[in-house]
Amino acid sequence: MVTAAATAPAEARIWQLLEEVSDPEVPVLSILDLGIVRGVAIDGEQITVTITPTYSGCPAMNTIATDIRLRLLAEGYTKLVIKNQISPAWTTDWMSPAGRDKLEAYGIAPPIDGTATGHVLNLFDKETAVRCPLCKSAHTHLVSQFGSTACKALYQCDDCREPFDYFKCHS
Amino acid sequence: MPRFMPAPQPEVSVAPTPSVAANPLFPFVLQLADTSLILAHRLSEWCGHGPILEQDLALANIALDLLGEARSYYQYAAELEGKGRTEDDLAYLRSAVEYRNPLLVEQPNGDFAHTIVRQFLFDNFHYELLKALKNGPDAQLAAIAEKSMKEATYHLKWSSEWMIRLGDGTPESRQRLDKALAVLWRYAGELTTPTPAETNLQELGLVPDYAALLPAMQAHLAHVLAEATVPMPTTPAFAQQGGKQGRHSEHLGYLLTELQYMQRTYPGLTW
Repeated sequence: MVTAAATAPAEARIWQLLEEVSDPEVPVLSILDLGIVRGVAIDGEQITVTITPTYSGCPAMNTIATDIRLRLLAEGYTKLVIKNQISPAWTTDWMSPAGRDKLEAYGIAPPIDGTATGHVLNLFDKETAVRCPLCKSAHTHLVSQFGSTACKALYQCDDCREPFDYFKCHS
Repeated sequence: MPRFMPAPQPEVSVAPTPSVAANPLFPFVLQLADTSLILAHRLSEWCGHGPILEQDLALANIALDLLGEARSYYQYAAELEGKGRTEDDLAYLRSAVEYRNPLLVEQPNGDFAHTIVRQFLFDNFHYELLKALKNGPDAQLAAIAEKSMKEATYHLKWSSEWMIRLGDGTPESRQRLDKALAVLWRYAGELTTPTPAETNLQELGLVPDYAALLPAMQAHLAHVLAEATVPMPTTPAFAQQGGKQGRHSEHLGYLLTELQYMQRTYPGLTW
């Protein structure tokens, strides 16, 4: 069955649907908030969505590609191509301001721009001051650069004592 | 009737004739893929056994990054080869003599210090290699390197800091670090010693000149060892090599037996 939507696909509609696809690891973020959708191309009935992986080994990428496919299929778009594009490499600079607010409200400290680990000779350097997403205290410390997923570091608040995830700056 | 034992593999005593792939980069990309996959597998063996939870997570994170990098290389290698093999065929259906990883990355985990030294020696090379590949002439390799370098930066920082903590730590941690360095140092030289195949590609300008990576690698090594209060090894770093040409230590066979178990037992199995 060919629906009206499939015969006259409008790019704006596709973007709207992509906004409804969320990150499986951080469900409050849409994939647009996360900044991983590079583009939408419409060629007749074929829709190509190009996405950029966050981290090379991120297991969520396959799920995201499947979720995009399912969301568009549900609207009657059947000729779908989900393309992976690795260059230019994804950066947290592409995360939307709304996404950053949603992250903090969800209990994950959003990335602080300009704090990516760029200088490897800078060992044991002073860690990034990250605000606790729960009690908003600035008295926090880094527990590990490697957290519950590839994109996060583990912090602990020195005031409310709660451990929390920090979405690492990656640029 | 499913078989529950791995299917017996044919005995292969000599490395098979190198593929006559049209693209000369194929064997090099495959070597990069094998290197990242084997180290990722080794690190994944730590999962659930790390000294503390946070470092267990760090080891698993690094394993995952390297696995992702390996996949990018395998996908590209399959494309370069152009014979219809997929990333899975390349990872799961090649025997030990066909693998092209340097010997260092297949060495067993040992204790935590042993794993840290292996990781540090690799990261110090990997970081500089990716930096060079990022600016290389092949667009796809440059793209993979650009992506992976961001991750490799965290890896090198992590392993460097642990070298310092263990070296300048307690007598126990120091003794373990010294022992690991004495064992693993002899494998470090293979990373930057080009094989004849690599030399050919270097002359064509397709592969970075390893000699050009050495000054930065030496500087970082010297800095970290000095901070760790550990003397620079004086023995040759290139005593053990051959992995990049398919001559492996006995460890790789056991590793692949586990890594390839499902595909060897149930050929063509998919999720």
